[in-house]
Amino acid sequence: MELVLSRAAAWFAALLLAVIAVAAAQDSGFAVHMSIIAIAALIGLWVTISRADYGAIARGIIRTPADPGRYDDDPVRWGVIATVFWGMAGFAAGLYIALQLAFPVLNFEPYLNFGRLRPLHTSAVIFAFGGNALIASSFYVVQRTCRARLALPGLARFVFWGYQLFIVLAATGYLMGITQSKEYAEPEWYVDWWLTIVWVAYLAVFVGTILKRKEPHIYVANWFYLSFIITVAMLHVVNNLDLPVSLLGSKSYSVFAGVQSALVQWWYGHNAVGFFLTAGFLAMMYYFVPKQAERPIFSYRLSIIHFWALIFLYIWAGPHHLHYTALPDWAQTLGMVFSVMLWMPSWGGMINGLMTLNGAWDKVRTDPIIRMMVISLAFYGMSTFEGPLMSIKSVNSLSHYTDWTIGHVHSGALGWNGMITFSVLYFLTPRLWNRERLYSLRMVNWHFWLATAGIVFYAASMWVAGITQGLMWREYGADGYLVNSFADTVAALHPMYILRAFGGLLYLAGAVILVINIWLTIAGRQRVEEPLRQAAYDPAADRPIVPAAAN
Amino acid sequence: MSGHSTYETLRHLADSWGLLAMMGIFAALSLWPFRPGAKRHSDEAARSIFKDETDGR
Repeated sequence: MELVLSRAAAWFAALLLAVIAVAAAQDSGFAVHMSIIAIAALIGLWVTISRADYGAIARGIIRTPADPGRYDDDPVRWGVIATVFWGMAGFAAGLYIALQLAFPVLNFEPYLNFGRLRPLHTSAVIFAFGGNALIASSFYVVQRTCRARLALPGLARFVFWGYQLFIVLAATGYLMGITQSKEYAEPEWYVDWWLTIVWVAYLAVFVGTILKRKEPHIYVANWFYLSFIITVAMLHVVNNLDLPVSLLGSKSYSVFAGVQSALVQWWYGHNAVGFFLTAGFLAMMYYFVPKQAERPIFSYRLSIIHFWALIFLYIWAGPHHLHYTALPDWAQTLGMVFSVMLWMPSWGGMINGLMTLNGAWDKVRTDPIIRMMVISLAFYGMSTFEGPLMSIKSVNSLSHYTDWTIGHVHSGALGWNGMITFSVLYFLTPRLWNRERLYSLRMVNWHFWLATAGIVFYAASMWVAGITQGLMWREYGADGYLVNSFADTVAALHPMYILRAFGGLLYLAGAVILVINIWLTIAGRQRVEEPLRQAAYDPAADRPIVPAAAN
Repeated sequence: MSGHSTYETLRHLADSWGLLAMMGIFAALSLWPFRPGAKRHSDEAARSIFKDETDGR
């Protein structure tokens, strides 16, 4: 009873502080955000009071002890649902802003203009969809590979809900125009502080579980997860060192200025790609691909080289985002050289994943989940080849600021991150909800082809658009003047933008199929369908040969 | 130390001993699983994720 009381008191205090902050807020955006926090505290208070098992408390039982013979999978289940939910929001926002670029009339000022929806899209897909997938899968994998329940179960639940609050604050902030204008780090100071707290709690849960492991060896997937958690913490804190104008207002200023600020931002930005979108998702790859293929990873020793090479190389590649700027030339060259060197470990990792299927390649034909994993690895290979290519200064002088960059990012994000996440969701759902199988494997197949076709439309149209743009921007006439105005390039790209939006539509359509499939699997339904592959059988031919003379 | 000489000191450390130390650590970590007799450990680790499927069988 005392525990319930003190918890309720803490929620009430949070509620009170939030209400005071609303009243004293310096700007309306901050007031709205504090109202959201007040609502969150109210929900917490209500849950604490209404869910408490008063009968058990009266009988003197503190709480029902969790079954130590089962893994603690509740946060993983919530994470699967949150991943699907935020994924749909992020993909829909992406399709909408793609249409805005093709048809500017879709910009509704001020809340739904491109400038505000674009960070909403990037944060929703990277941090909400990708982040939830990473947190959920890491909680699943660390328990299985350590053969131990999650350490600090209460904190694990705080990580999940705290992360959702971060997402809601970030997303609503963008719509209200609250931003510190740093790519992939748009949320303002108080949201950053909140994420720092949540992230440290995440680290504690993860490390705590590794410490109580029953397996002597820490499986390599956990290395990748741990490097992702630690590095993201470091990047996030350093890039968000800033001074708020007022402790009751949403505006802050960075402690870095000029090119230092730019370098810190892209040190952050590129390593968000390297450690959030690469190391974290490679952790999924190193556990779920062998599991689904039912074969151990091709080479465990290669996976360790892959790990250390990524760690030692990625952190230096950021300056390639600042070619031909005020950044010192040697730093630009350093960024370029390290980016090119990164090609090797990336392909080592891709080969390691693909070769895991050595001797079982038929599964690509018969198992659509394996097929998704294979295509995600193929896209990992393609985008980690394209990235080093684009980081070379002479290539970058053509590609930088054009849609080629957007195409590159999406072949990595839709192809690698998206596909591996979908396959992991399909892997996890039947296991987490204790279902015999997915609702439908044929729908996974449909999802696969819709998403793949969507990526092809997206990447191909953006290559054409980007190179067109780059060539038009740099075209000089005989008199030494630029031939094209900016508006000329916009007109030239219009058909490509429509094709890109079509690709996005296909990708979203595939994701709708995912939602239906996951939903019905959780509901316990199984679609009656033909299996994907059966050996041919013809009953008419299934008879002995009777010699003609016998007739 | 003035700001300029701090920068000079650090960059000379970075492109000499710092670089050498980093390369040494990287090489040592990468070669560690290739030490004699380590293949067995690696194979065991690679198979460890399947142990939960065969428990008690």
